[in-house]
Amino acid sequence: MEIIEIQNEIVDEFNMFDSWMEKYEYLIDLGKNIPKISNENKTDDNIIKGCQSKVWLHATEDNGKVNFFADSDAIITKGIISLLIRTFSGQKPQDIIESNLDFIDKIGLRQHLSPNRANGLNNMIKKIKFYAIGFNKKINE
Amino acid sequence: MKDFELIRKDFPILEAKVNGHHLIYLDNAATSQTPNCVIDSISDYYKNLNSNIHRGVHFLSQKATEKYENTRKKFKDHLNANSTKEIIFTSGTTHSINLIANGFINSLKPGDEIIVSQLEHHSNIVPWQMLSEKTGAKMKVIPMNNLGELDIKIYEKLLSNKTKVVFVNHVSNALGTVNPIKKIIEKAHRYDAKVLIDGAQAVPHFHVDVTELDVDFYVCSAHKFCGPTGVGILYGKQRILEELPPYQGGGEMIDEVTFEKTTYADLPNKFEPGTPNIAGVIASGVALDYINDIGLDNIKKYEDKLLAYATKKLKEINGVKIYGESENKTSVISFNIGDIHPYDIGSVIDNMGVAVRTGHHCAQPIMDYFKIPGTIRISFCFYNNFEEIDILIDSLKKAVRMLS
Ligand SMILES: Cc1ncc(COP(=O)(O)O)c(C=O)c1O
Repeated sequence: MEIIEIQNEIVDEFNMFDSWMEKYEYLIDLGKNIPKISNENKTDDNIIKGCQSKVWLHATEDNGKVNFFADSDAIITKGIISLLIRTFSGQKPQDIIESNLDFIDKIGLRQHLSPNRANGLNNMIKKIKFYAIGFNKKINE
Repeated sequence: MKDFELIRKDFPILEAKVNGHHLIYLDNAATSQTPNCVIDSISDYYKNLNSNIHRGVHFLSQKATEKYENTRKKFKDHLNANSTKEIIFTSGTTHSINLIANGFINSLKPGDEIIVSQLEHHSNIVPWQMLSEKTGAKMKVIPMNNLGELDIKIYEKLLSNKTKVVFVNHVSNALGTVNPIKKIIEKAHRYDAKVLIDGAQAVPHFHVDVTELDVDFYVCSAHKFCGPTGVGILYGKQRILEELPPYQGGGEMIDEVTFEKTTYADLPNKFEPGTPNIAGVIASGVALDYINDIGLDNIKKYEDKLLAYATKKLKEINGVKIYGESENKTSVISFNIGDIHPYDIGSVIDNMGVAVRTGHHCAQPIMDYFKIPGTIRISFCFYNNFEEIDILIDSLKKAVRMLS
């Protein structure tokens, strides 16, 4: 599936819930099934700054596609990053770089995030795009 | 005595709705809410008094100066200082600590020592660390025990003729521990060391007498006792303040200025360069009157009851671990539940309208001691009530159900 299709799918899923409680519960479930980063990749370099909770993100490239792995010590944070992974894992770096991220606003998540967490979310997205830029360079060399 | 339920009506923000719920504000150690009289005072200042102080010969300037200086007298009386020259208005506790730390920049040298405690807010660590880097003076740390109390025996061993300054908070913002500062001050004075006490979390909750404490510097922030943000009160012994170099240069702090040399004004102006936060300072005096009107003794008694009730209720929740269990503490509870991240709980109960603080509370050394990323912290003010505690407990239970 293309990034935009996955994003629309996520927006549809979240629209099924009326309350933030259900949205949170869904996020928590997603967090439990995150593609886990391996322990040896839980390095300081892979920590995303700007979160009250710790977040590690690692990426690999395989046949021109990027795969992401992550973990966090907070479950809601894990849920948020697993949404991003679902969107971007298995995609081409170029597509990741060009992707639009307004689906996060559409699922009504941002208004339920503290400024600190929203800041953390922005840093996760930045890190994902950085990985994509790096792999894109490598592929085009 | 005022009825504590009626007091709530003085605070318009307590009527606010958050995510469709009534706001339950339990983050008072970060900042307290503002009563109508303080809000009105700020508005009145700009409607009727606004002018620059100490400079104008005109009516408004004289009026504003009178109110501003009268506020200084209020704080002098409240803290039981000897003279209004000993009360300096700053922008907050952080500013006050930087001002004093900077005052030692010429007198400290390598081989000297300064002493901090493990219980400090970053505001009472970093300015001194900067001083230590600039002067070569070494910083030593008074450790704490697992109840969150300072180890005074080790403190005594850290003290020596090399000790020049000791800086400790009166009450820990992260744990609520009330430190034995009288003892700390007395022991430091045996070695002629100066002592700064960070009273940001003390002044809102009980009475402080700087003369009785014989403290050299005592600092606090108005926004923690129902005053506006951006106002700090710094007490310093006159003799010591006179010797300290000024922190910032500018207007109002001078005696004579030529391009060759400037001589400085007397206290307190020497430490108040530029146009101060006049409206804020005057409103801080109104806040002080407000809490004194309720009575700090009444406040303490009531807040102790809130603390006891909330502690008991919290302990009924499975897996609750409270950090900071000194016998002697203010109405602050830092805790975690099981291995759920404090941030997750904070986020969930925020959606239920309950405002708490999560994280390290600007006191990372304390979190390092307990080997935790942070805690959930609830902190009470006298406008909180028992019903709010029940709602908090209910929200916590719901959060735990969602998160585990
Ligand atoms: C113990 C303590 N010291 C210092 C500060 C800093 O105060 P301010 O931010 O008003 O300068 C605080 C406030 O969080 C505090 O609780």
